[in-house]
Amino acid sequence: MRLDLAFDRRSFCKCGAALIVGFCVPLRGGDHTAGTETGFRANAWVTISADDTITVLTEIPEMGQGTRTADVMMLADELEADWTAIRVEQAPTIPELYQHLHTGGSGGTEATWMPMRRAGAQAREVLVAAAAQRWNVARTECQAERGTIVHAATGRRFRYGELVKTASRLPVPPLDEVPLKDRARFRFIGTGMPRVDTPAKVDGSAMFGIDVRVPEMLYAVIARCPYFGGDLASYDDAAAKRQPGVRAVFPVAPIGFTNVAPDVGRNINVAAGIAVVADSTWAAIQGRNALTLDWRKGPGAGESTEELRKTFQSQITAPASVVAVDRGDARKVLEHSANKVEAEYELPFQAHATMEPMNTTVHVRQDRTIEVWSPTQIPAITQSEIASLAGMSSDRVTVHTTLSGGSFGRRYQFDYAAEAWQVANKMKVPVKLLWTREDDMQHDFYRQYCLQRLSGSVDEGGKIVAWTHRMVSTPIRSVFDSAESLKDPKHVASQEVSSDDSLPYEAPHYRLDYTPVQSVVPRAWWRSVSSSLTAFATECFMDELAYSAAIDPCEFRMKNLRVDQGQVTQKYRAVLELAADKSGWGKPLPKGGGRGIACYMFGQTCVAHVAEVLVDSMGSLKLQRIVSAVDCGLAVNPDSVRAQIESGVNYALTPILSSEITIKEGAVEQSNFHDYPVLRMTDAPDIEVHIVPQGKEPGDGVGESGVPPVAPAVANAIFAATRIRVRRLPVDTKLLRQS
Amino acid sequence: MAPIRLNVNGKINTIIDVGLDTPLLWVLRDTLGLTGTKYGCGMGLCGACTVHLDGEAVRSCQTPLKSAASKRVTTIEGLSPNRSHPVQEAWIAEQVPQCGYCQSGQIMQAAALLAKNPHPSRDEIDQAMSGNICRCATYQRIRRAIQRVARGEPDEA
Repeated sequence: MRLDLAFDRRSFCKCGAALIVGFCVPLRGGDHTAGTETGFRANAWVTISADDTITVLTEIPEMGQGTRTADVMMLADELEADWTAIRVEQAPTIPELYQHLHTGGSGGTEATWMPMRRAGAQAREVLVAAAAQRWNVARTECQAERGTIVHAATGRRFRYGELVKTASRLPVPPLDEVPLKDRARFRFIGTGMPRVDTPAKVDGSAMFGIDVRVPEMLYAVIARCPYFGGDLASYDDAAAKRQPGVRAVFPVAPIGFTNVAPDVGRNINVAAGIAVVADSTWAAIQGRNALTLDWRKGPGAGESTEELRKTFQSQITAPASVVAVDRGDARKVLEHSANKVEAEYELPFQAHATMEPMNTTVHVRQDRTIEVWSPTQIPAITQSEIASLAGMSSDRVTVHTTLSGGSFGRRYQFDYAAEAWQVANKMKVPVKLLWTREDDMQHDFYRQYCLQRLSGSVDEGGKIVAWTHRMVSTPIRSVFDSAESLKDPKHVASQEVSSDDSLPYEAPHYRLDYTPVQSVVPRAWWRSVSSSLTAFATECFMDELAYSAAIDPCEFRMKNLRVDQGQVTQKYRAVLELAADKSGWGKPLPKGGGRGIACYMFGQTCVAHVAEVLVDSMGSLKLQRIVSAVDCGLAVNPDSVRAQIESGVNYALTPILSSEITIKEGAVEQSNFHDYPVLRMTDAPDIEVHIVPQGKEPGDGVGESGVPPVAPAVANAIFAATRIRVRRLPVDTKLLRQS
Repeated sequence: MAPIRLNVNGKINTIIDVGLDTPLLWVLRDTLGLTGTKYGCGMGLCGACTVHLDGEAVRSCQTPLKSAASKRVTTIEGLSPNRSHPVQEAWIAEQVPQCGYCQSGQIMQAAALLAKNPHPSRDEIDQAMSGNICRCATYQRIRRAIQRVARGEPDEA
């Protein structure tokens, strides 16, 4: 019953222990600073109880990226806390109070860097003032030290817990005026603190969305139309209703973007389907298996990977819909170039395939309030969207953010929560909606399909002269945005190509342009978004140019880095040098061995990888080692930075080595890990991560930054080993057999 | 349906109104509330649901209730009372988990491996663990944690 209790706020609150204060906050924008009988609530993030326990509320949803630990480190450092006294809870979904109840773009640590430090410093300042008052000395004579306030002159000392009553009565200085520590005195920031969520993740007690249990809860699955945009022609549920444990069977209406806020255009992408609600998950699945379903294929009936490929091929030379960057006259220069290099790179759809499939538990109560438990990276959006679907104000919807079993961008959607609300709205008892692995694989928002053609030339001195880059993709924007906004081709292209002119290499003549391809397949943000597409093409192409000019690929990059972008160029140079140095770049390898290098800047975080592969005479490919160098500014928790880069590397390997999502008649052909095989331990290389020691503040995070340069580093290594260019992923091993 | 007696983590449970063909996974999770054992694929492909049946690692999503009824079932909740199993200690020392969802299954698989083979080679570790998927891909740290137990090093987290 431990698990039920974990979510029963009321019974927790009755205990009065400080641990629970975070969940009891009846705060909505009003005075959020007050004492409790047993504790001192300095602000919305930290409460200290009489027994010295420090309860920290963190906002950014924890999906595995270690954000909770980093947030606690930042707060605890300023608070001068005793690390062992800290308890951590997820902040409640009160967006007026908590402004970081979402994460995307690897921005968590950067976004909370100042807020969490200020929250800790604010609490510390009040505790210092409280001690000074109790001793009747000047506050400048007192200082905070490991969970105590010390009066240096007399050696007297108060534990934080002894000060909570006094502190609760004192004024709290404004957050933006509290003094922050000198960075030389950081005790936690910059050290490898153990993650706060690890203990619960080794004994089975960690609470994921799928683990939520509330009294009287029923279990549901939905049989969804497998054809994107299709619907239900007819169905027979008689046998399903006879299954033991099945309580209800009913249709679930599709929700597209026309149903909700058509001006904003937010495609929820809930497919047409039949819900089966039962006493247990297994009974619900058995009920679903017993349904007889007849689906209409809808607008995507003619769409297949083969047909898409033909369209991509025709668009790769079609007039551009958007010219993102155009410096000099690249096309003309290349037209007359004798040593033009040209290559096309193709990347298919990819699934997120989080370990924990989508699920959400919802209770729609008779009093028109809604309670939601969801593994989400967007609790605040989930709250407002469910309120909107239900036609009520957000304050009637309580959203509990559970741990997420991976996300990689998938949980930036709330389709699964919207479905759970639809089912629960009929049942009026709590319902946990679970997606099976098959549901998850076939109803994802996939990484875009894309084809890129690059042309370029290099002069005799080894400098790039001209470079053109055409990207064709199934754009993310067209999935979500309103018809009105999609009339602007620049808007359509805005998630696919950047008009920032961010190619790190000097090319006097450079053009980047774009053409979209329509598709019924839902697309969205897949770990590093378009960067994993762009990096594959540009960094493979750099390798092709280097070989065409007979220059070492690492040296070629150094030689061609832009001179007009001081700090950016410095970062690229630093990670390339470090990765090359640590990998033994240029040193001999055994027969069949090859090294490849690639680099990429995601936001402000720059990463270079050196991949080392071995291709045997049978063409079988083995990844031996990846050496990574990362410059992410200040690494708040260096061990978490290493873990995220290790994860990014391995996550990127599945689409490189083994898997793709293919389409037939407007439906996904894959369904589970047998036909979408993901990386296993036997294929996981040794990964070494080296952090460039610089930066005073966190940069753009590391959750995604490790991903983009992996595919080109591996493809370049395969070329070094075999002289075969891999220009389509996943690697076709038949191709390597010819080596 | 006749009640079934099921020994889980040393405790005898009486299971009523559950079909004999129901996978052990859902009996553990939905009937007994032991949610540490995870659903990942339902096809025995990912290992997230790994538990011990008389000490052997099995996929509980592929184990019908009837074939578990006469055996001792051990789940992550029963591996140790306080995270003190050497595998759990090594998992903390090496800071293995990221999202953590697959780790119950990984730990149960590793514990079964080490019980049989206290000093597995790298290849033996990779082979024994190859049925357990981790999408955060913490494989390198899993391998290191198993090697730590094999070396008999105390945890130093």
